[in-house]
Amino acid sequence: MEVPILKQGLHLIATVQSALSDADLLQLRDALVESVGRMRARGVIVDVTALDVMDSFATRILRDIAYMVRLRGAETVIVGIQPEVAFAMAQFGLRLEGITSSLDLEEGLAYLDEKTRRRPNP
Amino acid sequence: MKRLAAARTHNAKPPITGEQCVRLASDMDIVAARQLARALAEQIGFSAGDATVVATAVSELARNIVDYAPPGEMVVRSIENGNRVGLVLVARDNGPGIKDIARAMRDGFSTSGRLGLGLPGVRRLMDEFEIVSEPGKGTCVTVKKWITRRGR
Repeated sequence: MEVPILKQGLHLIATVQSALSDADLLQLRDALVESVGRMRARGVIVDVTALDVMDSFATRILRDIAYMVRLRGAETVIVGIQPEVAFAMAQFGLRLEGITSSLDLEEGLAYLDEKTRRRPNP
Repeated sequence: MKRLAAARTHNAKPPITGEQCVRLASDMDIVAARQLARALAEQIGFSAGDATVVATAVSELARNIVDYAPPGEMVVRSIENGNRVGLVLVARDNGPGIKDIARAMRDGFSTSGRLGLGLPGVRRLMDEFEIVSEPGKGTCVTVKKWITRRGR
């Protein structure tokens, strides 16, 4: 199932709405990296509230998204990691190194506004 | 007894009975396998956290098969031992097998340029872990997770 990407101010918001297959995650990565340029975004939020499982593949793709988006000149923040998903990730030993995460969409937007505010509007 | 456990989860879906088997050939099958395992885990009384742990382990084992040795299968079944209740997952394939299991069980080892956390991560997630692999014949990973009763 494709993840919709919306623009809110200077940021893109991708809200995962169901369990994702590996192909869906790769599609999300490619769409975000492309959209950052096309929509001239400064920040990207990936909302994983509805994601059922964060395994090593999902973790790797989120890390790739954050790095690729940074190479394109924008910042990424992951929001909505659920308590049980956080529990499983910690048990597994998965690390979101280099990725910023926030509690929810509101916190994520506040973080991105802070992070990108010194740059003038395009 | 199983019916009572199912009723406690307030799940409108019919209870899962007997042994369930998911064929693993494409990435959509990985999602199907982990959703089935989570439903069974919740039905037999695992906490939401432990059900997610089980679903994460299923996702890793299923992906190994889909990526390296398709098609294979995942069998999911509830188990009992005395007054303990738990769940067993059996992931098996007829693929190339794993040449060096000791190496595959080490963190950071990967033949595919990935994180290399799959099998050691699954071992950390589950209570019991067993792997049998024969080069040219296939691999069978059997893992179990028991329900922990807190405060006893």
